[in-house]
Amino acid sequence: MRAKRADELTAGANEFDQTREKQMIANGVDQRTAVASAQINDFERLVPPVRRIVIDRAPVAARPPTEREAVRRSLAAVGPERLTLREVSISYGAKQAVKSVSLAIHQGEVLALIGPSGCGKTSLLRTLNRLTELTPSAKRGGSVLLDGEEVQRFEDTKLRSRVAMVFQQPNPFPMSIFDNVAFALREQSRKRPRRRELMPLVLDALRRAGLHDEVCDDLDKPALRLSGGQQQRLCIARAIASRPEVLLMDEPCSALDPISTGVIEELIHELRQDLAVVIVTHNLAQAQRVADKVAFMYLGDLVEYGTAEQVFKQPRAQRTRDYVRGVFG
Amino acid sequence: MSSFLDASGVAPPPCRPRRSSLRTWRWGDRLLLASLWAAGLGLCAISAAIVLYMGIRGIQYLRPAMLVTAPQASTSQAGSGGFLDPIIGTVLLTLIGVIVVLPLAAGSAFWMVEYGRPRWLGRVVESCIEIVAGTPDIVIAIFGLAIFQTRLLAPFSVTAEGGGVVGRSFIAAGAMMSLIALPAIYTATRDGLLAVPAHMREAAFALGKTRIATIRRVLLPSVRSNIATGVTLGISRIIGDTAVVLLMLGAALHIETQGGTPVLNLLRGTGSTLTSYVYENSPAGEGGAPQKAYAAAFVLLVFVLGLNLLIDFIGRAGARSTGLSVGVAVV
Amino acid sequence: MNRSLSARVFDRIRKPWPDHRAERTLGAVSLLVVAIVLATIVCILARAWPTFQHEGLSWLGRGGNVDRQLGDMFSTGLHPGASAYHLRAWPLVYGTLLTAGIAVVIGLPVALLASIFIVEFAPTRVRKLAIPTIRLLASVPSVIYGLIGILVLVPFVGNHLITTSEKVRMENVVQLTGAGLGVAAILLAVMITPIMVALITEALAAVPRSWREGAIALGLHPLRATLSVSVRAIRPAIVASAVLATARALGEAVMIYMVAGSVAFSPKPSDGLIFVFEPLKTLAAAIVENFEGLNAPALRSSVYAFAALMMFSAFALSVSGYLVKLPLRRHEVRG
Repeated sequence: MRAKRADELTAGANEFDQTREKQMIANGVDQRTAVASAQINDFERLVPPVRRIVIDRAPVAARPPTEREAVRRSLAAVGPERLTLREVSISYGAKQAVKSVSLAIHQGEVLALIGPSGCGKTSLLRTLNRLTELTPSAKRGGSVLLDGEEVQRFEDTKLRSRVAMVFQQPNPFPMSIFDNVAFALREQSRKRPRRRELMPLVLDALRRAGLHDEVCDDLDKPALRLSGGQQQRLCIARAIASRPEVLLMDEPCSALDPISTGVIEELIHELRQDLAVVIVTHNLAQAQRVADKVAFMYLGDLVEYGTAEQVFKQPRAQRTRDYVRGVFG
Repeated sequence: MSSFLDASGVAPPPCRPRRSSLRTWRWGDRLLLASLWAAGLGLCAISAAIVLYMGIRGIQYLRPAMLVTAPQASTSQAGSGGFLDPIIGTVLLTLIGVIVVLPLAAGSAFWMVEYGRPRWLGRVVESCIEIVAGTPDIVIAIFGLAIFQTRLLAPFSVTAEGGGVVGRSFIAAGAMMSLIALPAIYTATRDGLLAVPAHMREAAFALGKTRIATIRRVLLPSVRSNIATGVTLGISRIIGDTAVVLLMLGAALHIETQGGTPVLNLLRGTGSTLTSYVYENSPAGEGGAPQKAYAAAFVLLVFVLGLNLLIDFIGRAGARSTGLSVGVAVV
Repeated sequence: MNRSLSARVFDRIRKPWPDHRAERTLGAVSLLVVAIVLATIVCILARAWPTFQHEGLSWLGRGGNVDRQLGDMFSTGLHPGASAYHLRAWPLVYGTLLTAGIAVVIGLPVALLASIFIVEFAPTRVRKLAIPTIRLLASVPSVIYGLIGILVLVPFVGNHLITTSEKVRMENVVQLTGAGLGVAAILLAVMITPIMVALITEALAAVPRSWREGAIALGLHPLRATLSVSVRAIRPAIVASAVLATARALGEAVMIYMVAGSVAFSPKPSDGLIFVFEPLKTLAAAIVENFEGLNAPALRSSVYAFAALMMFSAFALSVSGYLVKLPLRRHEVRG
């Protein structure tokens, strides 16, 4: 596919997406049969092939799962432990949302929190950057350590610049694209930085978020005019602009179409090299695609925690087995 | 593992959450926070001060007898009577104003929302209502003088000797008061109608009712509280208005009727209202009776505050009203 | 069916109307409103025409004592010559602009701060108290403001804030009694601030919570988050409230007439701080003062010229408000 001009993309985004999808299904039929013929067990049949969606190159054939695992294991120079949760429990008034969860989150890997709706995944995520404090009745027990230090001891504003968050609904500010990405950068410095100084940082963030090619023509365009997937990538760019250490994602793709979802999953794959990523999702297939480690939560309890391969192929708890098979959810 | 759990099953956190303390805020932000509190509490303090001061003065000078005695010309404050006539004048003026404006405003609002054809006419009507809302009351009053001082509308007011039409009467002032209340009632009705969900109209049409029948049977009952809110807002504006009263009613001491016919003579007559009474008794008018002015102002304030409470009550009992802006006649 | 004429008419009204008749009737009512508004504009312009005819636009300029000019007009009788229309009303225009301008300049920041306080930072109990209190301020009749002004503030200013030496110094130019710019502007500011607070709080409450939450998640503290995101988002509403408040301030007649003094004097900033206490007269106050003498044609056309100017300024305000909002709306959420 030839590179398209940014304005054509944004103007005819929908059209473009549909033609791309048709092409890929045409490609995909071949891919799927190729993959299926190499499948050896049930698990492999459940995993949809991953496609690398790059705008200005021909779509790369998805690697078969076993090869993907090997790549992942080699790439995963699993970094130091960034966040540690020890017996964290969260309650809103009388209702207890999370009961005694202990986890570790390392740089270089993606932790997926899975489980049915209302099981405390989002509360646990929001407690990692102390966003639960916005709710007056929320109480937290246990400890959350960022690089060994208790998170409560940091100032909340400093903590949130190190632990960034992307929300379920894309929420770009009513400003231009440039102003959105530069927002945190501007607020964090004492003096007002000039646009010249901010431009390389902004462009770098957009590149890492995979949005650069689409919007580099006009960075002053209002952010609210972008499509849903682009807005979410803009929110990711905004979150990673100030180089946080941990990226929290609360069901980032649930409001997006499949194409944008694929783009963002690809993004997560690349981002985890520099950051620790925690993603909450109730889409099992997505968890299988992106996660290195998986934590399954059910009604506030941490039922199972382990590598993705282990949780999906050989779950220890019966409940996990049932959930993964789709018995409930 | 669970040794430190308390009753709710939550282990207490190791230390209190540290908020970004004020020490780390920029100086400008700290100043801003202080001024936020100052502005908010300051406005409340000013409001309380005004009400308290008027209350104190009112209690000091108001005698219940004043509410039922007619004013008399007298040089001393003790002998100058009460303000029954101004109170009657206020009530009369408000009644006339509301009776004139209600069909106009409600009718226009219904037409706008339900019919609204042709489009350009709808835009013109909306713009006109906006113009009326933005026109100062003194300009409305001077317009009133312009039309009521003509020979055409002479029967509505007094004709002095020599042929000059004075142009002042209750009905003339009431007609102008209707313009004052027009935007409030129109906006309230229109917003109420717009907020009626489409399925109510659709259900009525599906049952075969004409538009006008839908208006009468379905829409009118559901926007009753909005119309009531608008009317109360309009009444509060009418009661508080001085300019129209001064120009179009004069500040006569007593209600004076004109001519012989029983009701028409009152409408054609002149008098005063509470607002012009306060004005006249203050140093700006004839002056010399600040005590009466305070007493009348206190009664006026009580009326207006009571109306405010009524608006709140209707708004809560009804349905579609917004928080703070209910008290402001906004287009 | 031999029914009488009146019975038949009555029947026709009482039976359910067909739609087209109802539409035409309601349309006629709307047209009546339009007709009244057009009549207002035409009437005022028509009566103001002689002043424009004789003086052109120079009656807005400077030259001579406006009070004396208006007084002279009153005595020119029923058939004045062209020279009777001589008018230089700049002091009135200046007075109007000055009071309204100062009132809005004081009122807008206070209203913005108070609104942010009410919506974001006030504890719940304080908020529940503050909202009705401020709304109360909006419904107080202007004559009560005028009464408090003339019976409390003016004597206070006249006796305590202006020293006798200053009064003596200014004796030849103008008498300082305390009634003047300061009291008028402050009372006007108090009058228009609740209007702005109402509009701005409504707009602030309508800003999506997710924006503010996103700003906090990026590491801003609540005040910065509100300022950078919410306040930026409601800029059109701030402009609209300022326009509405200015229109109200320009049109206030009785209160200003009571507290600003009755001299058409132009307060001069070069007089120093005392300029705040100098008396003035606005266009609206001049109308209140002179409405008795509308029989004299020269006076009548001058007064209506003032009214025409006020109408025109209200109209110009809403147009300019619309124009200012246009570029601000670029970043708003679409549909």
